[in-house]
Amino acid sequence: MYRVVITGAGTINALGHDVPQTFEAFREGRCGIGPLDIRDVDRLAVKIGGQVRGYDEADHFNRQQISLYDRFTQFTLLAARQAMAQSGIEFSGELADRSGVVLGTSGGGLTTQDENYRAVYEEGKNRVHPFIVPKLMNNAATSHVSMEFNLRGPSFTVATACASSNHAMGMAFQMIRSGMARAMLTGGSESMLVFGGVKAWEGLRVMSKDACRPFSATRNGMVQGEGAGVFVFEEYEHAKARGANILAEVIGFSMSSDASDIVMPSKQGANRAIVGAMRDAQINPSEVGYINAHGTGTAANDKTESAAVADAFGSHADKLMMSSTKSMHGHLIGGTGAVELLACIMALKDGVIAPTIGYEEPDPECALDVVPNEAREADVDVVLSNAFAFGGLNAVLALRKVP
Amino acid sequence: MDIKEKVIEIIAEQAVLEPSDVSMDNTLEDLGIDSMALVESIFAIEEAFDISVPFNANDPTESDFDISSVASIVDAVENLVKAKV
Repeated sequence: MYRVVITGAGTINALGHDVPQTFEAFREGRCGIGPLDIRDVDRLAVKIGGQVRGYDEADHFNRQQISLYDRFTQFTLLAARQAMAQSGIEFSGELADRSGVVLGTSGGGLTTQDENYRAVYEEGKNRVHPFIVPKLMNNAATSHVSMEFNLRGPSFTVATACASSNHAMGMAFQMIRSGMARAMLTGGSESMLVFGGVKAWEGLRVMSKDACRPFSATRNGMVQGEGAGVFVFEEYEHAKARGANILAEVIGFSMSSDASDIVMPSKQGANRAIVGAMRDAQINPSEVGYINAHGTGTAANDKTESAAVADAFGSHADKLMMSSTKSMHGHLIGGTGAVELLACIMALKDGVIAPTIGYEEPDPECALDVVPNEAREADVDVVLSNAFAFGGLNAVLALRKVP
Repeated sequence: MDIKEKVIEIIAEQAVLEPSDVSMDNTLEDLGIDSMALVESIFAIEEAFDISVPFNANDPTESDFDISSVASIVDAVENLVKAKV
């Protein structure tokens, strides 16, 4: 079994266009959620989101690239470029053949779908641009990352709704650990803040119209975000041999299926994934200092997740910290685990725990230390990152401080 | 068909019952309507009457739309239809 470390990280999300800006927002407990600036917003009942602001695609990509890169692919490539630059790894020869890309997304090229359905249905056009299919497909981002950085090994896209990124990163971890791959670019992205994307979520009636307040008794639903998080996962000896700067070690992963309901979460399913990740990492529950919660801010998730954690940790549940950064960047759906892994890295590397902002009132059904409203300094050695998707598909990662 | 009959028809369909089996003092729980059937019922009501029902599944009791019984739902729909005109 090979050890797996993270040697590069990149992101663009509502809190910033790179990792340092995102860390600063985490430390300050800043909220990136605000009024949506999208076409036909006046026809939406939910008018807020964690939108990437101050972004112009023409600043980063030329016209030919833009004709092939949906917004979710653009976000992925920008995050991947940052991660590659930080890692300093270069892919050529045998290393390129043994390294790949596994990314999560739920919706793929939704901006492209939205715009082109509008063109043919609403505007009555009978012709669309020739590259609509390669632009909207869910694996477009994975393929463009593979092409831009010459990763020629095992590569694919994972779509498990809100757990997509965690499943993707778990796969990348297992592939390196088993010796199947030497390095992987992994994480995920989502860009669902388009009229059709938000309208579909409105239908479920689980969205908040004012704020995301995870674990607070006053919570009233989730808020969507957008963006990407991409990481370089690398075999430890390989990273050490080239003198790479190591951000954290990935030590465990587990996934489970509730096998019960298409939308209502199950405590047992979540619990099995949490316990499974600790078993896979060969750690005791008492070693875990921080959990980045799934924490969507819905009534159902937050109480179920709190109960699952309480069951998994017993008396240690009262000693650990668990926060939801969705309160700041929103729920990035298929990209959410990737951006949330940044909070885990910040906890391990900088000793700062990102807060759950918007917290107003304790809920007896969520009676854990959720690091309310203000970031906290704390020395933690091991952290978990939870993701529990619609469809009952759960994925939990375990990370440890730099070896 | 009046508002009451139509609302009962919608609720009965979600509960997989005949409209005649639904009484005004039934609660949704009595009828076996779970959270997903409730959200579908509200959607069907909105479509049938061309109204917008204020309902958040995160906190059904705090919504202005009272779902405590079939009668309360019929009342609430009647008010929303009246407000529309």
